[in-house]
Amino acid sequence: MQELITRAKELLADGTVARVLGWKAGDLEYNPQPAFFTNEKELEEFVYNGFCGANLSKYMIEASKLEGKTLICLKPCDSYSFQQLMKEHRIDREKAYIIGVGCKGKLDIDRIKANGLKGVTGVTGAELTDDCEELCVTTLYGDKKIPYADGMLERCSVCKGKEHMICDEQIGESKDTKTGERFAKVAAVEEMSSAEKFAFFQKELSKCIRCNACRNVCPACSCRKCVFDSTKFDSAQKANVDSFEEKMFHIIRAFHVAGRCTDCGECSRVCPQGIPLHLFNRKFIKDINELYGEYQAGADIEAKAPLTSYVFEDVEPSVVAERSKS
Amino acid sequence: MKKIAKEALPMLYKKIAEAKELIIPVKVCGQTNYKVWTEDAEVDLDTLKTVKSAKDAFFPQSETLYTVKKEDKKLHIEPEALKNQEFVVFGMKACDVQGVAVLDKVFLVDPVDSFYAARREHGIIVSMACHEPEETCFCKAFGLDAAAPAGDVVTWMVGDELYWNPVTKKGEDLTAMVAELLTDADEKAVEAEKESIKKIVEKLPYSNLSLEGWNGSVLDEKFNSPIWETLFKPCLACGTCTFVCPTCQCYDIKDYDTGHGVQRYRCWDSCMYSDFTMMAHGNNRNSQMQRFRQRFMHKLVYFPANNDGMYSCVGCGRCVEKCPSSLNIVKVIKAFEKKEEK
Amino acid sequence: MSINNNSEFKPKIVAFCCNWCSYAGADLAGSSRLTYPADVKIIRVPCSCRVNPMFILRAFEKGADGVILCGCHPGDCHYTSGNFYARRRMTLLFSMLDYIGVENGRTRVEWVSAAEGVKFSATMNSFVEKIYSLGKNVRLEDLRCKN
Repeated sequence: MQELITRAKELLADGTVARVLGWKAGDLEYNPQPAFFTNEKELEEFVYNGFCGANLSKYMIEASKLEGKTLICLKPCDSYSFQQLMKEHRIDREKAYIIGVGCKGKLDIDRIKANGLKGVTGVTGAELTDDCEELCVTTLYGDKKIPYADGMLERCSVCKGKEHMICDEQIGESKDTKTGERFAKVAAVEEMSSAEKFAFFQKELSKCIRCNACRNVCPACSCRKCVFDSTKFDSAQKANVDSFEEKMFHIIRAFHVAGRCTDCGECSRVCPQGIPLHLFNRKFIKDINELYGEYQAGADIEAKAPLTSYVFEDVEPSVVAERSKS
Repeated sequence: MKKIAKEALPMLYKKIAEAKELIIPVKVCGQTNYKVWTEDAEVDLDTLKTVKSAKDAFFPQSETLYTVKKEDKKLHIEPEALKNQEFVVFGMKACDVQGVAVLDKVFLVDPVDSFYAARREHGIIVSMACHEPEETCFCKAFGLDAAAPAGDVVTWMVGDELYWNPVTKKGEDLTAMVAELLTDADEKAVEAEKESIKKIVEKLPYSNLSLEGWNGSVLDEKFNSPIWETLFKPCLACGTCTFVCPTCQCYDIKDYDTGHGVQRYRCWDSCMYSDFTMMAHGNNRNSQMQRFRQRFMHKLVYFPANNDGMYSCVGCGRCVEKCPSSLNIVKVIKAFEKKEEK
Repeated sequence: MSINNNSEFKPKIVAFCCNWCSYAGADLAGSSRLTYPADVKIIRVPCSCRVNPMFILRAFEKGADGVILCGCHPGDCHYTSGNFYARRRMTLLFSMLDYIGVENGRTRVEWVSAAEGVKFSATMNSFVEKIYSLGKNVRLEDLRCKN
């Protein structure tokens, strides 16, 4: 982290960048927030540790409109989002100086607490310099050690890899955190009967409070005006008055980002109700891979997006019934 | 003071539910929220904070106001019936109960909101002391006592027993209704529990949060502060903080076209949304900074200015837990503290 | 083709038909005195790719029991490639609907040319029969539209 701060100070001092986009220490051990830094003094509060899960790429849309370059810190998975946004001409590469930061898996305070912990006042072992094998959690009701992996975000256990898709320089080491198969849960749901699938999603989605956090955090959801906000459109409902609206919102949102979603996992990270929203996005990714060939959004700036291209021999929609196990 | 064994609680729920609707923290897919009790519901009184507050019980996220139906060439308007059956909200913490007091200031003053008033009239609050307060709690800053909440019946979970103390007429009536399940108890255990809660509250990281400098008379000073310009930056403009908040009370009124009529309903709105209070001429607040400022100015300045100093934040800490960008009212208060020191 | 009509169930079926092929196909079916059930309500669209996923969901919301999309045969699109895009979109959407537990027989895509009045009629008959066998759509409807 110190190396990162020193480098940021250098780049600020020599005028290469006008500001730094990174994370600022929070008032609790686990709540750093995304922040812009414009001088050395502010950088004293800069932090980069296991709790810096927030993907900063989307903030670059606004930063692209500002005078001068912005130093942006990107984790390996964030770099997919950044490149995808570049491809969609939503951000200006020339306005960014990218430092690819290492990643040893990001933590989720809710998952840490799920280990039977309440009143968490401190967590150690989450610095990038640590080996990130074990977390020491201090709480008001006693301390506990838990394996690092038990406090990790779901997305880190199915990590796409620790290689940066785009960056100007790299700082910090990474560590492989992949322990599971990315599409395992999707495949498990596909195996269910129609009624089971319906019951599963109905129950999960019934928790949705339509706060729009999933949409607003999503780097692929970068429309200036969302279809669900337009007053000229009668789907602009602010609450899920009927259970239909939960489905409408989440299916359409996932569809709108299909082929563009890099599976950065931010939607699931921010959902206040812990809905596994990645199951929607990954279903589309899995189908695209299986039906139209392997495609990873954000990995290749030249590749044609699956929903804006076609070949004559594409499968017919009737394939859905043939493949369906229910 | 009465008490009931923890393992007998399902009987208590059943007994209450036979006569009245019972709204209680229920766990669904790993998350606990207030829901109407059913026999197969997984009641969860151990989770300190439900994701959404108990606000829904009195001011639901959405409610139909009236329905218009088209029959031939005539329109029939059917107003929605007001709540006319008693219901019990079980397990509300001190902050949530205070949240209702804040809502009262909004909905029970002239012109009285009849939907809300009917729910308040028929709602019975069984509150519960916070057995193990958490690091995100700061109700103490707003003068609340986590060990002794308000409510119609106040309860404490001590070990394997729930202590039950009716304090109002409504509470006495409810107690009489379930009397056969309760046994008499002395106050010793409760006093000890209160002491232990107080001790923990003192140790909370936010226990010294000071609201100095926040009151109804600092409008211009706070409104024009340059701090907002940097503070709002991480805000995603989602409505998480608003929807989990026990005191946010803004709503929108919308029409739903059913194909053969219209349902007019109201639903929670958030001042964080770009279409909040949208009017024909456009929007009052057209930048996210203004919208962000509005939320905190409302809670800490405008509301106390109009309500004898009562803040419209109760320190439940849900926004501290849930904000996707880890931005929250505590950080706002602290940011001003810090700047003013300099 | 006979349809088991002993129940009270009268399905509502929405057919999105492209202006250039399938709508003309429906027309031909009519002028050839071919029959298909009156449960099918046709909505004419300029091209099959005009149908975005919201149209399909909206139809179900308002009480449709089945939705069918008809367009020009691949390669014959009046706009060269519209139906190719529609094909990918609908494949993914139908797969998603199946994934969340909506019976996959309720949605279908068929390519019907302007000369295929017979195919149009046969397609509609078989789709309606399928919907009769599936019964009422209850998994993707808005209850407010019911009464």
